[in-house]
Amino acid sequence: MNPPCLPLRACLLAAAVAAVAACGPEQAQHTPTPEVAAGDAAFAETLRTKLIDAKPGDVIEVPPGRYSFDRSLTLRVDGVTLRGAGPDKSVLSFKGQKAGAEGLLVNASNFLIENIAIEDSKGDGLKVNEGEHITIRNVRVEWTGGPSTKNGGYGLYPVKTRNVLIENSVAIGASDAGIYVGQSRDVIVRNSRAEFNVAGIEIENTVNADVYDNTATNNTGGILVFNMPALSQQGGAIRVYKNKVFKNNTANFGAKGTPVASVPAGSGVVVNSNDDVEIFDNDISDNATTNIIVSSVYSTGYKDDKASSEFDPYPERINIYGNRLKGGGDSPDGFDLKALKTALFGLSGHLPDVLWDGYANTQRKEGPQICIRDVSGVVNADGPGGYKNPSQDTKPYACELPKLPAIDLKRG
Amino acid sequence: MRCVVAVLLSLLVAGCSKPQEPAPAAQGAVPAAPAALAADAPWAPVRFFADGQPENLADWNLLRVAGGRLQLNREVLPYDLNTALFSDYAHKLRTVWMPKGQAANYAADEEFDFPVGTVFSKTFYYPRGEGEAVLRSYDEGPDLRGGGLEMSKVRLIETRLLLRRQDGWVALPYVWNREQTGAKLMRGGELVSLELVAADGGRESADYAVPDQNQCAGCHGTDMKSKALHPIGPKARHLNRDFAYPDDGLQNQIARWTRAGYLQGAPAPQQAPRDANWRDPAAPLDARARAYLDINCGHCHSPKGPGNTSGLWLNAATQEPLRLGRCKLPIAAGHGTGDHRYGVVPGKPDESILVYRMRSDDPSVMMPELGRSVVHEEGVQLIRDWIAAQQGQCG
Repeated sequence: MNPPCLPLRACLLAAAVAAVAACGPEQAQHTPTPEVAAGDAAFAETLRTKLIDAKPGDVIEVPPGRYSFDRSLTLRVDGVTLRGAGPDKSVLSFKGQKAGAEGLLVNASNFLIENIAIEDSKGDGLKVNEGEHITIRNVRVEWTGGPSTKNGGYGLYPVKTRNVLIENSVAIGASDAGIYVGQSRDVIVRNSRAEFNVAGIEIENTVNADVYDNTATNNTGGILVFNMPALSQQGGAIRVYKNKVFKNNTANFGAKGTPVASVPAGSGVVVNSNDDVEIFDNDISDNATTNIIVSSVYSTGYKDDKASSEFDPYPERINIYGNRLKGGGDSPDGFDLKALKTALFGLSGHLPDVLWDGYANTQRKEGPQICIRDVSGVVNADGPGGYKNPSQDTKPYACELPKLPAIDLKRG
Repeated sequence: MRCVVAVLLSLLVAGCSKPQEPAPAAQGAVPAAPAALAADAPWAPVRFFADGQPENLADWNLLRVAGGRLQLNREVLPYDLNTALFSDYAHKLRTVWMPKGQAANYAADEEFDFPVGTVFSKTFYYPRGEGEAVLRSYDEGPDLRGGGLEMSKVRLIETRLLLRRQDGWVALPYVWNREQTGAKLMRGGELVSLELVAADGGRESADYAVPDQNQCAGCHGTDMKSKALHPIGPKARHLNRDFAYPDDGLQNQIARWTRAGYLQGAPAPQQAPRDANWRDPAAPLDARARAYLDINCGHCHSPKGPGNTSGLWLNAATQEPLRLGRCKLPIAAGHGTGDHRYGVVPGKPDESILVYRMRSDDPSVMMPELGRSVVHEEGVQLIRDWIAAQQGQCG
């Protein structure tokens, strides 16, 4: 999997090879959220001061209205609640932001944000950097102009956090990941929606996460479970279940060089260099490259493995079963994948439900333990062999793995 | 009756004015005015507020505008750094003050252990150009000859205080008024529109951002876990240089701080670490670049700083090439990658994310995230040269 070319180019190429009528699903149209009337202009500064002066236990209320900020907001006090009147009623707008790299930057524990929206921040929407017991509930982060490389990177972005609950939230238009939890531990993301982001929901270098009852659609990739080298911890023990992951076919608008820029448009669930991942009971459909991808960091452009000896680049103990899979694989993104599909299944065929890049630690006695059931098929793309000898043999995946325990945030 | 009211009022006022009480260390006889100030009114000693947030910079008695100059109080010692943080080409007047009898304990690599009562000030100013414009020029260090900065030649923007209280360091941003007669506490920060005029006449506008009080931690919160603020500049390697003291001539700062009673346990300057001056053509390129990266980036990009999420560490202590960005994939850079794959591509500055982010003035792309709105062209050139000189290749 080299970085994908644009689907348009892929389509043209395919059309040149043979007159294929249907060259991939149509791009869905992004619909901006309704307008919210401007709130009291003076409240913007009041809110800034309240965040500076906050004391543990404070509840900071944001009344209905749209409040404009030309600089980032910051909170550094533990135990604060920031509460709006609803994600379509109380809006913090950063359109025209001149300074600061986030909308709201939080460095605090026991932080609760709910019923509010953050729009059009220059960089990340809500970043929570280092903290425990973080709750993000009924929050919308959105870039209102639809998908664009110029949009900020992450929508909801807890990083280096512990005990994190994201629920009933929405992320739209992030040029990297809509809901992104990085380098964290003990995480639940549920009942949320990610749409028109490059990555819908991404769990990266995070240990112990449950991702369930979410909807990821119209992203480039729906739900990503990633590990990247040279970070503070390697992630693992992630369960992805009961999600709806469909039609994630939006052209990749991530900036080149970001790991997600290598995600082919039309990816449903992607597991990259993680160990102990369980994917079950999801509805995954109509993702044009393929519904599930298992890959190593080698497929995201990282080659210099000598420089990071402590990093395990190979996905191991991946348990995929009991999902309802449908459609997809009919228009893979990028020349290599398109060629792979055509070579194996012909011009009108489609890739099966699961694609594995084939990178595995040859020193590992028990093999990669990628266990896959209830799918239409698996392609091992033979990444290590230069994609020359892809295989459809499903025997290597007939294995059993113990189920992972549920995440208990111990919140009563 | 009137008397009773007056007493009540004064009691009320006293009740509210706890922050106004000077700490014991600041009490005592008013020192004789130094010669440079002789023509001006006598000046009360520096007041350290152990609590509270005085509204006016003048309340501290650190600096004052008098006789057409921004003057420093008698015990207030100006200092400079070998290589300083870039802030939209602002010049900076840095000062330190400690209560009588108190001194910082020297440390070779860490920050000094400063006593409760220490007050640092940093005044950001520009040389004046024509009309409202200010000059985009190198900061050669404050010209304090004649007893302070000459007000007709400078435009003062803000003075930030960093003070060591019982519970830790506190940052207070004061913004100067248009008349340049005083500075008021602006805890919410501010954007100041400036027009910078370069020596060649080129003009550039800047939305100079005074950070809000929380944003001070964006740089000074060098340990994300403890969340405590720390001074960044006053470390041995940054301070170990000469300064042109108006009353004392050219002196090594570490020696001068020791003599002033502000520092104890320091070795002779030759034995102390010393960062390169990034502009010193005689210094090795690597030392200049690392000094520049250390002061501009290393307070965030360190194992404990807010930038540690990226895995890119640019502080002075880091030696591992991957950590310094060499062939390192970005993590959360978003479109800050500029479509480039690695932080530093040896020999190829134009393919390096580090240079791309330094060259940008887009808040979502640029690094550092705070503290500048224009590009530091000369700093970019230095890092370009540093990367161009590196051998090898990625992948």
